[in-house]
Parts: sequence; C-alpha cells; structure tokens
Amino acid sequence: MFKILEKKNLAPSIKLFVMDAPLVAKKARPGQFVILRIKEGGERIPLTIADYDAEKGTVTVVFQEVGKTTRELGTLKAGDSIQDFVGPLGVPVEFPHHKKVLGVGGGLGVAPLYPKLKMLHEQGVEVVSIIGAKTAEMLIFEDEMKAVSDRLYVCTDDGSKGRHGFVTVVLKELLEQGENFDEIIIIGPPILMKIGAEITRPYGIPTMVSLNPIMVDGTGMCGGCRVSVGGEIKFACVDGPAFDGHKVDFDELMKRLATYRDEEKISLERFHESHECKLTEQIKGADSDAVK
Amino acid sequence: MPLNKSKKKTPMPAQKPEVRRRNFNEVALGYTEEDAVNEAQRCLQCKKPGCVQGCPVQVQIPQFIKRIAERDFDGAIKVIKETNSLPAVCGRVCPQEEQCEQRCVVGKMGDPVGIGRLERFAADWERAKGVQVPELPAKLGRKVAVIGSGPASLTCAGDLAKLGYDVTVFEAFHKPGGVLVYGIPEFRLPKAIVQEEVEFIKKLGVEVKTDMVMGKVLTVDDLFDMGYEAVFIGTGAGLPKFMGIPGENYLGVYSANEFLTRINLMKAYSFPETDTPIKVGKKVAVVGGGNVAMDSARSALRMGADEVHIVYRRSEEEMPARQEEFENAKEEGIIFDFLTNPVRIIGDEKGWVKGMECIRMELGEPDASGRRRPVPVKGSEFTMDVDTVVIAIGTGPNPLLINASKGLELTKHGYIAADENGKTSREGVWAGGDIVTGAATVILAMGAGKKAARSIHEYLQSKR
Repeated sequence: MFKILEKKNLAPSIKLFVMDAPLVAKKARPGQFVILRIKEGGERIPLTIADYDAEKGTVTVVFQEVGKTTRELGTLKAGDSIQDFVGPLGVPVEFPHHKKVLGVGGGLGVAPLYPKLKMLHEQGVEVVSIIGAKTAEMLIFEDEMKAVSDRLYVCTDDGSKGRHGFVTVVLKELLEQGENFDEIIIIGPPILMKIGAEITRPYGIPTMVSLNPIMVDGTGMCGGCRVSVGGEIKFACVDGPAFDGHKVDFDELMKRLATYRDEEKISLERFHESHECKLTEQIKGADSDAVK
Repeated sequence: MPLNKSKKKTPMPAQKPEVRRRNFNEVALGYTEEDAVNEAQRCLQCKKPGCVQGCPVQVQIPQFIKRIAERDFDGAIKVIKETNSLPAVCGRVCPQEEQCEQRCVVGKMGDPVGIGRLERFAADWERAKGVQVPELPAKLGRKVAVIGSGPASLTCAGDLAKLGYDVTVFEAFHKPGGVLVYGIPEFRLPKAIVQEEVEFIKKLGVEVKTDMVMGKVLTVDDLFDMGYEAVFIGTGAGLPKFMGIPGENYLGVYSANEFLTRINLMKAYSFPETDTPIKVGKKVAVVGGGNVAMDSARSALRMGADEVHIVYRRSEEEMPARQEEFENAKEEGIIFDFLTNPVRIIGDEKGWVKGMECIRMELGEPDASGRRRPVPVKGSEFTMDVDTVVIAIGTGPNPLLINASKGLELTKHGYIAADENGKTSREGVWAGGDIVTGAATVILAMGAGKKAARSIHEYLQSKR
C-alpha cells in the first residue's frame, strides 16, 4: 500500500497527490512516469511524475478527473492509501549540452513539463516557458514554472488570464521573431503537441514531446502503448514517453487513445451511480441522526 | 497390484465443449480416486523407466504411480514433491506427450499411462486436505534475491528457502506468478492454484515483493549493496513480437501478451465489475500456432466472439501447440487456417480493424528449425473479414533489467548467457527459464530454477 501524504486541488477537476514512495523517489528522474492502481480489481493507469524528493521519499503526481479511475482517485484524501504505485518507468530525459530551452505546456501537460525545466534551470540553462489552460482557474503550476523560468508566458483560451489564445500562438510568435532554442519541449493534449511540432518543424529546432498512450503494464510487456515514430513501432513505456515530435504519428496516437471510449463511458456511469447512492445514503444517515 | 490392461487412458471428466466455450472455468475436471487408481494400475512399473528420463525435473514417476495404485495418495505426493515443487501446475500445463508420456512403454501399444493426469490428481488431493509445510532448517542468515515470480523463480526461491536462506522475490506486476497469472488462462490453470503455490513459498519463509520493476526501481548492483549475496534472474521472455506488416497499429490489433494480460491478470472478462476493458469483436483472427495462440483464440471465444480463426503459416504437422490444446480448441469450434500468412491489416476510417489480407503458403525445403519452410503461393492473396486481430507469433527478452545490469553477457538473440547450472558471466548472478532459453515450457523453467538453486547453494557454501 502507498500512502497519500498530501492532496491539493490545483484546479476544478485537477488534483495533486504527494505520495509516500521512497524507492520510487530515490530513482525518479525527469521524464519518467509511474503506474498506479487504486485497489483490487482496479485498472493500471500511467501518470507522469510531476516532482520528487529522494530525501523525503516522496513522489508528486498530478491528474485530471476524466474517467472512472481518475475520478475515484480524486475522492481519496490525504492519509488514504492506494494499492499499487509502480515506477519510476520510462526513459529519463537528459539535456547535457543545452544552453537555451523553450518549454510549452498546455492544460495538465504543465505538470510533466515542470520537472524537466526544473532540471534545466538547475543546470544553469536559460529557460523560457509558455503555459496555458482553457481558463484562468484551470491553470496549474504557475508559481512553480515562474520559479524555474527566466521568462514565462501565460495564456488562456478565453483570455481570463495572460494572453488570450493558445500557447501555440506565442510559440509561433517567438519563432517568427527569430528567437532560437537548442530544444523545444511541448507537452499537452496530443492535438497541441501535433500543432506545436508543425510550428517548430520549418525552423529545424529539435522538438520533444511526451506521449500518454493507453498502457497496461508499463514495462514493455504488452505493446498496448505502441506509437509510430519515424515509421517505426516504439513502445512509449520503455522507449519513451519522450519522443522526437517531428517524427511522431499523432493522428494514429489520437485514434488509439479512443479505443475504449465506449467502455470508459460505461465505467464512468456505473461509478457515478454507485457514488451518488453512497452520497444519498450518507445524507439519509445524517438525517436520521438529526431525528435522534 | 492388479494390472489394468486397457489400451486407453482412463478418461478425465471435462466440461462439454458447447458449454465450456463460453465460460472461463477449468476445462478438465480431474480424476476421482477411482479413476486415478484405475489409471495407476496401467503402469508396468518398468525397472528402467523411460518416463523419468523424459521429465526435466526427474520426478520418480513409477514410484508415485505405485503409491496411487495402492491408495497411498499421501505417499504419492511426497514422491512427486521431492523433485517437483509445483505439481498442481505441471499436472495441468506440462507437455507430457513430448516428455514422460512419450517414453512410456505402455504407450507403444496404445495410450501411454496418463502421468500428467495422475500428477494432477495427487497434487489436487493434497490441496484439498491442506498442504503441509515441511520442517525447515535453521535460518542461515544469508540473503538471496530472486527477480521475477514465474515458475523458474518460484522453484528457485522455494528450494533456497528450504535450505535456510532468506529469500526475497521481486515481482514487477501487482500479483506474483508471472506467466502463470498473466499468460495461461483460468480455464487451463485456475489462478487459485497459482495463488496457493505462492502462499506455500511464503510459508517457507520467502518474502514476495510486488510492484518492483527491477532495473528501474532497483538494479542488480543495488541488491548486492543491500546485502544480497546471490541473485537469480527469472524474468521470462515478455517482449511481444509484431509481424512488421502494415496496419498493425489499427484499433483492435493486440499482441497476445496484451490480450491475455487484460483478460487473465486484469480480469477484463468481469468488466465493468473490474475496471480494465478489452475489445473483442465478432470475428477474431489469432496469428500463430503455439500454445499462446490456442489460449488467445479460446479466450476470444469465451469473451463472446462469434467466430475465431487461428491463422498459421505452416501446416498442422509443424504447429508447436500441444496436441491436447489443439484438440480442445477444435472441439470448441476454433477454425484453423493453415498455410496462411497475413500480409497486411486493413482498417476503416476511424482506425478500427475491418479485415486482414492473407496469402496462401506451401511448404518448401526444411529450414534451420528442421521444419519445412513455408513459401507464399503467388497470386493467392485473399481478404479475411475480421474485426479483431491477436498476434501470437512469439516473444523476445525484455531488455529492462538486462540494460540496467552491468557485466551480464548475452546471447546473440539478447537472452542472458548462462551455463547448465544457470551461472551467468557475472559473479553471484544466476539466470534461468525463458530469459535464458527463449520462450519454452513451465517445467523447463522449473528445472532451471532448481539447478540454479543448487548451484547458488554450492557457491554460498564455498564462499564462507
């Protein structure tokens, strides 16, 4: 069992857990992920490591409540435990010779972007970042990003904070203005990474993306997370999750992510039903207490 | 002891094909005491038993069969367990027809003695009454690490624990058992049996740690730093192979590993009671001709497919699957397309599989494996109308641990090079099972785990 030491609500439906996982924390590096399972009968889901502290033995993960498992996860509180927390998985990213890097993070993607930029910042690399979300209240990790960036651009789709528009608009502007980078790291929904990689392509700037396909084991054993990179089959769990954004077949990735859409709906509806039942029971219970 | 001169094996009760094809319960139901005694009486008690030589762990077969014939079932299981620590598993999944039973003298004039069935009977008889933990020697206070928890690892761990070592098993998944839990389906090997075997080695004092992806969370070096004096690697051959044909990434194409893991380990057949889904369509093609292909096809049927094909590029004769599994699959209605090879998978606009183009094959000259090489028949392409494809053409070594371990010599195919006792090129490190041999059988893996345990014991004895 792995204990949740701390829980934060970062935004509506986006939550952060600090997990007690000393062995994982000791080996974790930027770019790696964990697989977790809430309880017996639960599914295994991958989550990118958003931060870690080897001394305290903690690993931070950030997740958005979209499906059954993430919603159920969201109902847990600090002090609760989950059954399985496996990692660190995937290949760590390294940038030994970079001098200037641009990080682009959209939505939940800001969380996995953060440890990479933090490492670069600590290495003395000049870090420029663009982060964005749908609305101001959905924006996460702004302070953390500020702390590791030499320059930070904030965007919202609705203009409720920072620049009005997508992060890719700022990305395009910076490149059009002739700003150069040794590497651009783009993390967010697949469509954002696809568009972002297309923007950087004509400039020939190396562009790293981090992929989140469906996984089961996370150790190279099932091949469910396979993606086409430069026409070759790669397993995101052991060959990635970071890849050359100019070579990834994003259309295929997006299709494959939809494999279990129907099942996800069934699962979620069932969860809501049982969850609402519990809530109703609790309310009833409270009422009967009041009567006494 | 009366001799039963029947030329036929005493039949084993089984679920009827038309029933079992839609449920995940065990197919074969096992012998009753009367069946077992009856079958045991077919054994001639050869002075020089060929069967024992055919057994990778040299179970004293005539001895245990004699005890069954005498109704000394307790004695029978004791004999088996002297050399085989997982008899309930082996009695179910060993390819006896290529091993012990192949060399049975009775088999020359009819069916061989049903050694596997008798082994299973003895093991189940013991399970039913509760397995006794043997008396253990005093602890030696010396630590050995075992990586993986499949048949090689469980055997190695159990044998070392019986010698007094402090053994820790490190398993990557959330449940121990390796291929016995993620690969072999419930209807061939009930998971409760694997669970019992794991509980048994725990009772021997073995500590089992799950969620430990070795090579990532800990390396072999870390283990030595933590005070382990020897390491056994039994991580199996878990990397799925794909065909390298167009369309393999369409939705509805699974590696057999993923297909079986979702069903067996993650219990997708109970979805939405359990959370892991699987998509099994109406018409399924399984590519390959081994036991894993049979398991995948029969699982697809049980998941509700209307029609399941096994597409194999050679002919029935070359098929590596066990005869029994082939028969079972046929009885259940699996359709076999021999001498057929996929050329490409066809998808619809949303990326779902809607067909598979295949080409007919014919057998040419023998290849390196001694089997006749299948060659395509020009112009014989045709399209199979399928919505799910499972690729069961074999597995390779998972490089996760190997890449993170210094000083391990590998074979040219990327498996760990080890001598006949499982000793690797690195001092203090042994390896055995599929990670050394490539995908093979449960019993061979167990044999390797056993030899390694003996060799580790000798090494640690001489070290101090």
